[in-house]
Amino acid sequence: MQYTVNITIALKEGMLDPEARAISNALEHLGIPTLSLSTARRFRIGLEAPTPEAAEERARECCERLLANPVIHRYEIEVA
Amino acid sequence: MRFAVIRFGGSNCDLDTVHVLGDVLGVPTDLVWYRDGLRRGYDAVVLPGGFSYGDYLRAGAIAARTPIMADVIRHVRAGGLVLGICNGAQIGAESGLVPGVFTQNEVPRFICRPTHLRVETAESPFTLLFKRGEVIRLPVAHGEGRYVAPPEVVARLNRERRVAFRYCDADGQVTADANPNGSVEGIAGVLSENRNVLVMMPHPERASELVLGSEDGRRIFESMIAHCCRSGKV
Repeated sequence: MQYTVNITIALKEGMLDPEARAISNALEHLGIPTLSLSTARRFRIGLEAPTPEAAEERARECCERLLANPVIHRYEIEVA
Repeated sequence: MRFAVIRFGGSNCDLDTVHVLGDVLGVPTDLVWYRDGLRRGYDAVVLPGGFSYGDYLRAGAIAARTPIMADVIRHVRAGGLVLGICNGAQIGAESGLVPGVFTQNEVPRFICRPTHLRVETAESPFTLLFKRGEVIRLPVAHGEGRYVAPPEVVARLNRERRVAFRYCDADGQVTADANPNGSVEGIAGVLSENRNVLVMMPHPERASELVLGSEDGRRIFESMIAHCCRSGKV
């Protein structure tokens, strides 16, 4: 079976997000103050797997071995 | 004695490093293309600065997963020296040669300027020609140089004297103002558990000749050479 997995990689809670801070400042300059702002990165990956669970496991392997750095990142996987 | 400098796609300090090792210090040095692997034994391997793979995903993340890094890890396990400079430091951390990660600067912009560093330990193959507490001057040039590690890891690095350098002011005080990128505790260079890997964000190869304004970086390479001589690998 072919599956599409959506992976979202974000900084762990409490990690400094300099990019988010800069974006938040820019929004404020546009007259749009924000209470909070965080960034994340999304990957859409097509892969072949026997079951949805196997597809999710494959996606987890992508995260653990390359896409995320466990020191600073958390990730979420959604099998479409 | 023979050193290798690994060139990844996007390395750009590789030739500077080969120049310092080969032309300035007279060490036979091979420039090794990453696809060729390490085909012979080396006393030391340098992961040079640059922008391997355009810093895609995270600085150093892609280069860290190339097959030549398996050769580098074998070299480290056999006791060989590895020096990771700037992008090489990011690659070293992404490879797990040292704990932690170098990520986006606290203020998210590229910094290129001289910094003062306090030498935190002379007990390593990379710093044996320095005195502990000595202040040296090396340039930094990075956008992702902020060292991050969990508190327990930082505590262990401190306990085991594995922080090689901290950013400091001209008097050797480690202050927030002297910290260019927001690194935890001003950490600029980290040693591996067996002390045969040093990763550092500042560029010693850009401060190895008087004409460039500082020769402090040269002593890091000279320390490595002295260490190899003492180990009988002349």
